Amino acid sequence: MEQHDCRHLLGDLSEYLDGDASAAVCAEIERHLADCAKCRVVVDTLRKTVLLYHDQPKPELDENARARLYRALDLQNFFAPKSQ
Amino acid sequence: MNDHATEQSLSERIRAGDKAACAECIEIHSPAIYRLALRMLGNQAEAEDVTQETFLNAFKSIDTFEWRAGLQTWLHRIAYNNVLMRLRKPRRETVSVQVLTENEGLIETPRQLFDWCCLPEAEYATTEARAELARALNDLPEKLRAVFVLRDLEEHSTEETATILAISTEAVKTRLHRARLALRERLADYYAERINRREETK
Ligand SMILES: [Zn+2]
Repeated sequence: MEQHDCRHLLGDLSEYLDGDASAAVCAEIERHLADCAKCRVVVDTLRKTVLLYHDQPKPELDENARARLYRALDLQNFFAPKSQ
Repeated sequence: MNDHATEQSLSERIRAGDKAACAECIEIHSPAIYRLALRMLGNQAEAEDVTQETFLNAFKSIDTFEWRAGLQTWLHRIAYNNVLMRLRKPRRETVSVQVLTENEGLIETPRQLFDWCCLPEAEYATTEARAELARALNDLPEKLRAVFVLRDLEEHSTEETATILAISTEAVKTRLHRARLALRERLADYYAERINRREETK
């Protein structure tokens, strides 16, 4: 497919993946993807990138750090350890 | 519950010096503030410090809190400013503090076209693969990293992200797209190299 179209559509791919692109833009992108293997790879791997980060475990403050936080704010009397 | 009425009553109680309300506020908001700080700074001890500073600042200046933006957004804004102060200090090594010098709107053409989207699930779950995710995020220029963390990891709206970072919604959209493309490129390089290595040793 035309390099020009790849370049032209590149800027809209995140909105397309998030479902925020207009119907006209979606249709244009899908038309292009049907013919362009390169852009299909970009879209699929871009989607996968977001998904991988989304699925990462969320880091948490450990109990000691939580206790320090309450102490630093002079709220130690309100500190309740999380039951694990 | 996190609606405006609840937030407003919480902020009013904090303003009145109610310590239980402060504790409640910490209970609700500290996990996300800690995650934001940790992902921006790449260092647990510093992220803890920023979390403390954020609540100290917030409780001290609760009188200036304008609830239109929402308590959570306001707290994140304070946290982000504390993060920035630390990123501006010289001699940082754990995360990128590279500033965007080039044209803000410039979208780079994808280079690595290895198709790694549908490998066996185990490929994505290795310790090495997870470490690469973290490294790729740390290496993003800080302005792109901030938008990616708030939008894609913390799932703030475009508008909330714009308020927290004090930038336009257009800039949020462009930076999010640039961040995703940059991360995609890094992971594509990683998986291309990994699969190559495997083929060679067969
Ligand atoms: Zn194309």
